[in-house]
Amino acid sequence: MALEKRYEFVLLFDVENGNPNGDPDAGNMPRIDAETGYGIVTDVCIKRKIRNYVEITREDEPGFDIYVKDGIPLNTQHKKAYEAYDMKPDKSLPKDLALAQKLTGFMCKNFYDIRAFGAVMSTKVNCGQVRGPVQINFARSIDPIVPQELTITRVTVTSEEDKQRKDHEMGRKQIVPYALYRAEGYISANLAQKVTGFDENDLEVLWESLINLFEHDHSASRGKMATRKLYIFEHSTPLGNAPSHLLFDRIRIERKKDVPVARKFQDYDIQVDRSLPEGVCLIEKL
Amino acid sequence: MYGILLKVWGSYALFSRPEMKVERVTYDVMTPSAARGILEAIHWKPAIRWVIDEIRVINPIRFGNVRRNEVKSIIQAGAINNAIKGKTVGFYLNTNDSNERQQRASLVLKDVMYVIRAHFEMTGEAGESDTPEKHYNIFLRRARQGQCFHQPYFGCREFPACFELVESEEELPEAYDLSKDLGYMLYDIDFGRDRTPVFFRAQLQNGILKIDDALKEAVNR
Repeated sequence: MALEKRYEFVLLFDVENGNPNGDPDAGNMPRIDAETGYGIVTDVCIKRKIRNYVEITREDEPGFDIYVKDGIPLNTQHKKAYEAYDMKPDKSLPKDLALAQKLTGFMCKNFYDIRAFGAVMSTKVNCGQVRGPVQINFARSIDPIVPQELTITRVTVTSEEDKQRKDHEMGRKQIVPYALYRAEGYISANLAQKVTGFDENDLEVLWESLINLFEHDHSASRGKMATRKLYIFEHSTPLGNAPSHLLFDRIRIERKKDVPVARKFQDYDIQVDRSLPEGVCLIEKL
Repeated sequence: MYGILLKVWGSYALFSRPEMKVERVTYDVMTPSAARGILEAIHWKPAIRWVIDEIRVINPIRFGNVRRNEVKSIIQAGAINNAIKGKTVGFYLNTNDSNERQQRASLVLKDVMYVIRAHFEMTGEAGESDTPEKHYNIFLRRARQGQCFHQPYFGCREFPACFELVESEEELPEAYDLSKDLGYMLYDIDFGRDRTPVFFRAQLQNGILKIDDALKEAVNR
């Protein structure tokens, strides 16, 4: 059964000597708000990791396919035989609509990421856009970040011609020495119920993937990244019981007064105001 | 006619100009159609249709730039249909295939705050129990309590909008003092006429973008 409650969540994750999200506009430097110096991790970066996590952990489970895949060649094809709906494409509008709904329903049923985030579907038969219940905003660092550029060397060269001239090649690597990021997200029970059918089990998978977001995503560029905290605000109704910004304000993160430069998670103080509006409860998943 | 005032704010906004939507460039201020979307995210029923009367710009207009890796394709209906029929097809998007991948920049607005002044009209879909009072009160109740059908957003879903009901004219925040011809701007899409976009000459006067009545009549969604 689709979700019956609205949720908001606050995700805290940190990076140590890594690049959480490179900026293609700035030669893959860590993303930064040029005016304030705060680090940024885009919504799509986080969603990519959620997709990857679900893909590796739920590979064989029906209904948990991933539509927007990373690095899997196209010829790895679907071997599943799907239940055949008996229908023919028709140009007239009402039938098309029914067909569109069937197609949309099929996609939602089979793909976790479409159920969660939605997707833009179709050309000729209008499936429309499926708007998923899960919405994530840009994550921002708690303190301004100072990216460092490291020059690294490699003991070999790329081409044989290069070998005539040199023995080593140099490269660059950009890191953030330490930063704690805060992402906020929203889950609409109404879109879950009326559009994609995102259910309680899907929600558990989402929490699980947020907790383990970086565990299976290690790479040379990312350094040490980890989810540190996951706070969930659960409303008692589909429409919710309080404005989301007021709930987000209840979680405050500050660098400890005696710490001039943060280099570890323990350098931050997290204050949680537990005086919640009626009908809202706070779940600390991590 | 019941009017409402809703204060909305957020860190980013992107109201794409249709003429520059590959590498998205935002309008300087929120479009009436985006404002309508925000109201509909809080309360909407087929019985009513929201009409935007005025957009009050509160914060200075500032821009920022974001470039992201995006995908090029959309799902083909035919591919889904084939999959349903049991054919073997690779019907997902491969984001590691450089042909399927595009880096796109977006020019976004930063630290926006607006007050939307709007009212709603009853449509032909209204039933016996659909009184204006009812819908007005549902909206007020939801806006006061922060309830919404889904979290409203500024143009794109990654830029969520916070909202708060402005209870009276006295509580109206002061507008950003800027008068400027914003050129032609999207008013809304006319879904009654096969999704025809309707444009208007947007004039910001002392921070207020007024929508004239003739324009509201022109679109019957």
